[in-house]
Amino acid sequence: MKKLLSITAIVAVVLGLTGCKKDSDFLNVQPTTFLTTDQVFSDPNLALTVLADLYNRQEDISSLDGNSNDPGWRSFADFSESFPSENGSSYIVQRTGWPYGQWAIDWSTAYTYIREVNLFLERDSASTQLADADKKRFYAEGRFLRAMYYFELCKRYGGVPLILHSLTLPSKDITTIQFPRAKESDIYDFVISEAEAVKADLPADPATKSRASRAAAVAMECRAALYAASIAKYGASTPAVSLPGGEVGIPASKANDYYTKALNAAKEIIAGTDGAYSLYNNGGNLSDNYANLFIDKASAESIYYEDFKTGGKVHSFTTNDQPYSLSDEGGDAGRLDPSLNLVEQYEKLDNTFAPLATVDGTNNPIYYTNLQDIFAGRDARLAGTVLLPDGLYKGKKVDIWAGYVLGDGSIVTSDEAGHTVALPGTQTKVQVVGTDGPVNGLELRTQSGFYIRKYIDPAVGSGRRGQGSTVAFIRYRYAEVLLNAAEASFELGHPDDAATYMNQVRARAGLTTPLAAGDITFDRIVHERRIELAFEGHILFDMKRWRLAHKVWDGTPTSVTDIKTNLGVAGTHSTQPWGLWPYKVYNPTDPTTNGKWIFRETKPALATGYNKFLFGNYYSQISNDAIAANPKLIRQPNQ
Amino acid sequence: MKHSIYLFGVLTLAAAAGCKKDNYPAPGSMLTGHLLYKTDTIQVERNQVPFQIYQYGFGKVGPIGSTFSQDGTLSAVLFDGTYKIIVPNGQGPFMWKQTPAGDPDTVNVTLKGNQSVDLQVTPYYMIRNANITISGGTVSATCKLEKIITDANAKDVERVSLYINKDQFVSGGDNIANKDLAAADITDMNNISLSVAVPSMTPTQNYVYARIGLKIAGLEDMIFSPLQKISF
Repeated sequence: MKKLLSITAIVAVVLGLTGCKKDSDFLNVQPTTFLTTDQVFSDPNLALTVLADLYNRQEDISSLDGNSNDPGWRSFADFSESFPSENGSSYIVQRTGWPYGQWAIDWSTAYTYIREVNLFLERDSASTQLADADKKRFYAEGRFLRAMYYFELCKRYGGVPLILHSLTLPSKDITTIQFPRAKESDIYDFVISEAEAVKADLPADPATKSRASRAAAVAMECRAALYAASIAKYGASTPAVSLPGGEVGIPASKANDYYTKALNAAKEIIAGTDGAYSLYNNGGNLSDNYANLFIDKASAESIYYEDFKTGGKVHSFTTNDQPYSLSDEGGDAGRLDPSLNLVEQYEKLDNTFAPLATVDGTNNPIYYTNLQDIFAGRDARLAGTVLLPDGLYKGKKVDIWAGYVLGDGSIVTSDEAGHTVALPGTQTKVQVVGTDGPVNGLELRTQSGFYIRKYIDPAVGSGRRGQGSTVAFIRYRYAEVLLNAAEASFELGHPDDAATYMNQVRARAGLTTPLAAGDITFDRIVHERRIELAFEGHILFDMKRWRLAHKVWDGTPTSVTDIKTNLGVAGTHSTQPWGLWPYKVYNPTDPTTNGKWIFRETKPALATGYNKFLFGNYYSQISNDAIAANPKLIRQPNQ
Repeated sequence: MKHSIYLFGVLTLAAAAGCKKDNYPAPGSMLTGHLLYKTDTIQVERNQVPFQIYQYGFGKVGPIGSTFSQDGTLSAVLFDGTYKIIVPNGQGPFMWKQTPAGDPDTVNVTLKGNQSVDLQVTPYYMIRNANITISGGTVSATCKLEKIITDANAKDVERVSLYINKDQFVSGGDNIANKDLAAADITDMNNISLSVAVPSMTPTQNYVYARIGLKIAGLEDMIFSPLQKISF
């Protein structure tokens, strides 16, 4: 009994002690597992982590790391600019068009991001603890990211609802948070005005490349204005691709205004107002210089990029696309093979176009002593973008050749790369096909006769799965700004200025004979962007804004004649990727040709589909779910 | 002991109720239809001209979509009910009825068992009197173009094409040989002739399928003549 009494007494005393705490203190316990909004926005390092997350979730149509559904290399592998040498990805060259939903950003992912940026901006401006300088810069960066995201949405969807503050779910009337689509021009106007508004608060510092800088904002403005201008001008050629409310399509009368804005923005960067940027030109071999531009993170040419870092975020672009025979990682290589369609487009050094000479006037093969002779005298960007047969990677030659061709024209080859067979009339087995292919259907080796060189990391171990590559993905660079300026000048009736801008980019690639004002045509503008910006995520949006996509990807098969004619002409169709396969001549009775090389244009056997771009593909489908949830969203045209 | 009798009864009831499958029956009513201009079927390219079927009254509204087959027919297996069919704006080599607001007008269908529906449309052109023959390894075709829409909505001819293929799917994408005749080279719309050589086929076969297609400027879908099998 006594014991019970004393326990009761102790409990009572303890209760009495704790009971002395105020109720409010007792109930308001600080969480120990997460940081509150006030805590985060009181420390610049914590606020920056929120911003870093937003940076990390930016959208790119092509990116080196990609995601699990669409690994980085595959996001570059379409539109017949390349062949996908991975059996699971053959569908890219076997489909006969794209669904209307292709290239869309998932609607709820998109507006989750927009909401989170809006929340960030609201919390940043409400913060009382952050220093003014930090607060201002964070705010400008948030607005930059939001504008970038709306630009990405607009490229795919046209006009989308422009939501500039966080929304709260209403208790009754859901229609108060259902917003209709803005006009396409409204979104471009928004991107342009946001860039103008925030540029003064961003550092004009060329060393700031993975965070928003003043030049990044202006480069975004420049590209957005150019897109809007060309949609206004060339949209007139496809009246079917528009909506009466302006959600899709921009009136032609606005074109000049947008071109002027694009030109002014470009001029601002070129004048150095936003920091000292210049073309990457470190001398030496011009092709190597061009390839290094994408490797050298300190280059004065890159304005804004997605950065990668060992120990943090790395990507497997090199792992996936390195040459098979020189791979760091057995069983991972060679997936992204540039097509002959693209390779034929590189000019000769005298600014003229000519197909790679495989046959003479009477259709007899031309014999070359060295594998690379056929590519001699071309734009240096060819060997800088594409790893050609006999090209060097990490100081070693790739081994690309398709087999032996005998005196009677028959071919000795194998369906196994690097296989050895005894040639007719001999006993010793010799290698009859390159260890890098090409062999039809043999994945991870080239099937087009080329490997990609752009972004491929020469660093030791960068091709290993575990290590990965840290090469940055450049979103904006100075050469594109120059080409934007050239295009805007040309469209505004100043081909002389256009030539000046374009010649700088061309001279860096070894095309030192300048183009005259009279040489600048729409075809030249289209061609230069295709070459300079190959595999940088531009081709789809460029072809869309010029309304060329339905002509280039017109749904009819591509013949070898199509590949070799109309070079450098905008809108020439290109619906199936072709390859160029080298063969070694074995003809001991004819010493003039024996041991030389001939080339044959070959369509990879797996490329059975063709690209067909419909009017309904110009603007990605807004999903039926999104429309059902918000009936104010009107459907895209032609869908 | 009494309890167990009750328990037995409950279990029996539960078992009896559980006998019924808990999933819905599959849709069983077949809706078929034709694209018609008066009494003529409109021939199109396979997988290219879409239609959308809507049903209202079940919460979220979204279309069931598919495409017309190349002979201009549609088919869908549905539940009995009331449906609305449209062809989206800008699709097909024809004009679909529109509301004054410019939206595609609906065709109402009350489905109860299998049913066929005729979708009347107005094509821009019709290919008439298509006659396809073969002689000496060359397929020759003649036809006449009839311009149906002549008012403000009229559109020009872009080209006429003859397509041949090894199988029954014949169009711009599915062909082994084709011949284009650009609008500029057409002198008489009542008398158009085209010819194309039959390439070698592996494995060899002694027939091809052929159609004449008409591309109308500003529209992406072509209209075709009826499919013909040409034996030789």
